[in-house]
Amino acid sequence: AAGGPKPLPSSGPKSLREMPHPLATSSSEEMGPALTPSPDLLLPRSIADKDLSLPNGTPVDTSSPASSSSLLNRLQLDDDFDGETRDLFVTVDDPKKHVCTMETYITYRVTTKTTRAEFDLPEYSVRRRYQDFDWLRNKLEESQPTHLIPPLPEKFVVKGVVDRFSEEFVETRRKALDKFLKRITDHPVLSFNEHFNVFLTAKDLNAYKKQGMALLSKMGESVKYVTGGYKLRSRPLEFAAIGEYLDTFSLKLGTIDRIAQRIIKEQLEYLVELREYGPVYSTWGGLEVELSEPLEGVSACIGNCCTALEELSEEMTEDFLPVLREYILYSESMKNVLKKRDQVQAEYEAKLEAVALKKEDRPKVPTDVEKCQDRVECFNADLKADMERWQNNKRQDFRQLLMGMADKNIQYYEKVCGTA
Amino acid sequence: MEDCLAKKMEITVSEAEKRTGRNAMNMQETYTAYLIETRAVETQSEGQCAPVDSLWRRYSEFELLRNYLSVTYPHIVVPPLPEKRADFVWHKLSADNMDPDFVERRRIGLENFLLRVASHPVLCQDKIFYSFLTQEAGWKEMVNETGFQLKADSRLKALNATFRVKNPDNDELQSVISHLLRVRARVADRLYGVYKVHGNYGRVFSEWSAIEKEMGDGLQSAGHHMDVYAASIDDILEEEEHYADQLKEYLFYAEALRAVCRKHELMQYDLEMAAQDLTTKKQQCEELATGTVRTFSLKGMTSKLFGQETPEQREAKVKVLEEQIQEGEEQLKSKNLEGRDFVKSAWADIERFKEQKNHDLKEALISYAVMQISMCKKGIQVWTNAKDCFSKM
Repeated sequence: AAGGPKPLPSSGPKSLREMPHPLATSSSEEMGPALTPSPDLLLPRSIADKDLSLPNGTPVDTSSPASSSSLLNRLQLDDDFDGETRDLFVTVDDPKKHVCTMETYITYRVTTKTTRAEFDLPEYSVRRRYQDFDWLRNKLEESQPTHLIPPLPEKFVVKGVVDRFSEEFVETRRKALDKFLKRITDHPVLSFNEHFNVFLTAKDLNAYKKQGMALLSKMGESVKYVTGGYKLRSRPLEFAAIGEYLDTFSLKLGTIDRIAQRIIKEQLEYLVELREYGPVYSTWGGLEVELSEPLEGVSACIGNCCTALEELSEEMTEDFLPVLREYILYSESMKNVLKKRDQVQAEYEAKLEAVALKKEDRPKVPTDVEKCQDRVECFNADLKADMERWQNNKRQDFRQLLMGMADKNIQYYEKVCGTA
Repeated sequence: MEDCLAKKMEITVSEAEKRTGRNAMNMQETYTAYLIETRAVETQSEGQCAPVDSLWRRYSEFELLRNYLSVTYPHIVVPPLPEKRADFVWHKLSADNMDPDFVERRRIGLENFLLRVASHPVLCQDKIFYSFLTQEAGWKEMVNETGFQLKADSRLKALNATFRVKNPDNDELQSVISHLLRVRARVADRLYGVYKVHGNYGRVFSEWSAIEKEMGDGLQSAGHHMDVYAASIDDILEEEEHYADQLKEYLFYAEALRAVCRKHELMQYDLEMAAQDLTTKKQQCEELATGTVRTFSLKGMTSKLFGQETPEQREAKVKVLEEQIQEGEEQLKSKNLEGRDFVKSAWADIERFKEQKNHDLKEALISYAVMQISMCKKGIQVWTNAKDCFSKM
C-alpha cells in the first residue's frame, strides 16, 4: 500500500489495504495487521456528509466531477470489495409475523457488522418491515438521483392468489430484500448514504421518517431538479446505446420468464399424469402374483419421480423466477435514471443556448450554466460507472442463476436415475 | 423341445409398401402391403446362405390366417395381431393407418406375430400357415376350401355378453392394462410438451447473446444444448412406443385367452344340452315301453282322448327312440371325450402361455426401466453441457 496511488483528500471510501499508516516507514516489516490504524483516524469525509451537498440536497463530490469514476476505477483495479477488504456486512433474516389490531405484517431482522467510522457501533440488529425498505429505496432515489438504485421485490400481491404469509412467499421476499441491501452495501457511494445508515441502525425508524417529511417541505428545489420539463434534442451515443441495450435486455428477460413459467406449468401437468400412472402398476401387480415384484418396483420408481419433479418445479418457482423479475424491475428503474439524465442535460443545453442568444460579451460563463454543466458531467460519470458495475454484477448474477438452473435439472435426473 | 418352424426358418417382415387397387365392390382403395421374407436355416457349409423367398401380404390376409387358426385350434391361445386401428394415441402420434410411423410399428407387430406362431409347438406345423409364408397365389382359396368358416361358432359372439356378466374377474386384468395404456399415452404427451418448450430457450438465448459482450458466447452455446434437449424427446418416445406395443400385445393376448375359456364354456353348454336331450329321450322311451305316462305330453293326452296306438305303432316308435338314444349316448361319450381333451390341451397351452408371458413381460419391464435410465443419463449430459457453457459466461 505504501507504493499505491495517493488518494484525493475529499474522495470516497478506501479499502483498508490502501490506507497508508500515519507512522509508516518505507520498510514493510512494520506494517502488519496489528499496526493497521482504525478507520476513525484516517477515513476522509464521506460523500454522504451533509456539508458537501448542494443546496437542493443532492450530495456531490466537490472535487472534479470525474473523481468518483476515477475512484471507482482504482477500486476496481484492486478487485474491489472482495471478502478481505469489505468493511460493511448486512444480512436480512429471521422473518416474524406480527398480529396487531389494525393489521398483520411480517418483519425481518437486519443485522449489520462494520468497521466504518460512520457507524457508532460495530454491530447492529434491527427489525424492519417491507414499507421500511420501500421508504429507504425512495429516499435513495431522491438523494442519489444520478445512481442506479437496486430494485425491491414487487410491492403488491393479489390477495387470494398469493398467500402473503406462506413460508415460500416470505422466504422468496426475504432473499430479495437481502439482495437489495447487499447491492447497496457493495456500492461505493450508496453505502455511505445517511438514510441507509439510519435504516441499518435506528431503533425507531418511524420517528426519523417523520423528521424527514418535515425537511422535505423545505427542499422544494429537489423536486425541480428531477423534473426539469426540458426537452432533450438527442441522447449522446453511449447513453442511447445503454437505453437500447436495456430495452432489448428486459424484453429478452420477459421472454425467458414466460418460457420458464410455461415449463413449470407443463411439468406440473406431467406430474398430474404421473400420479395416476404409478398406482396402476400396483393394481396390476395385485392381479398377477408372478409379476408383482417388478410391477411394484415400477410403481415405486414413478412415485419417486413425482417427488423429484415436484421439488424441481418448486425450486424453479422460488429461486429462478424471482431473480428474473428483479432484473426486469431493475432495467425499468435504470431507464428512468437515463431519462433523468436526459433532463439534466436538456436543462444545461437550454440554459447554454439562452446565454448564447444574449448579445452581451461575457468573458465568464454564468455560474448557473456552470452548475448545470457540472451536474451533467457528474451525472454522466456516475451513471457510466454504475453501468459498468451493473454489467459486471449482472453477468455474475446470471451466471450463477443459469448454472443453478442447470444444477437443479441435473439433480432431478440424478434422483430419478438412482431409483430407476 | 419340439422342432418348431422358427428354428428351421428365418422369417422377417422386411418392408411395407403403399398400394392401390380395387376392392370387392370394385371401388378404388389404398392399402399397405407387407413383404414377408423367409430363408431356411441351414448349418453353414462353405459359408453358403440359402436363397431368400419372399411374397407380399396385406393386413386382411393376416386376419384371415388368424381367424383360421383360432377356429381350427380352439384350445390354443393364438398370438394376437397388432391393432387394426391406432388406439391409445397421444397428440403427436397419428391415428391414420397410412401414417409411416404407424405402418412401421405395424410391420414390426406383424413380424412378431409370425414369429410367435412359428415358435408355437402346435401352430407351427399347420400347413395353411406354412403356405401363408411360402405361397403367394391361391392361398386365399386354399384357406376358404378348408371350410373353417363353417366350424366358426357364431354363437360365440352372441354369448360374449352373457359370459362377461358371469365372470367379471376376467375383465379386471384387461381393464387395468387398458387403463395403463391410456395413462401412459397421456404421460408421453405431457413429457413431450415439457421437452419441446425448452427449445424456446435456444432461440431467446441466441437473441440475447447478440446484445451481450462477455456473456454472449456462453449463452449462445448453452442455447444450442437446449435445442438438443428439446429434440431428444422424439427418439425417447419412439422407443417407448415399442414398450407400449408390448403391453398392447399382452392386452390382446388376454383377449385370446378369454376366447379359449369361452369356447370351453360353450362346449360345456353343448354337453349339458346333449345330456339333457338324452335324458328326455330315455324317459320317453320308458314311458312308451311301460305305457305309463310320467310326464305330461301332448301325445299322451291325444292318445288318451283319441285312443291309444296300436302295439305295432308303439314298437316302431320305441325302436326309433332306441336308435336315437344309442346315437345320443355315443355322441355324449365323444363329446365328453372331446371336452376332456380340450381341457387337457387348453390347460397345457395356457400354462405354456403363462410362462411365456411372465418371461416376456419381465423383459419388457426391464427394458422400460433401461429406457428411463438412458433418458435420465441423456438429461444429465445435456444439462451438464449447458452448465459448462453458463460457467463460461
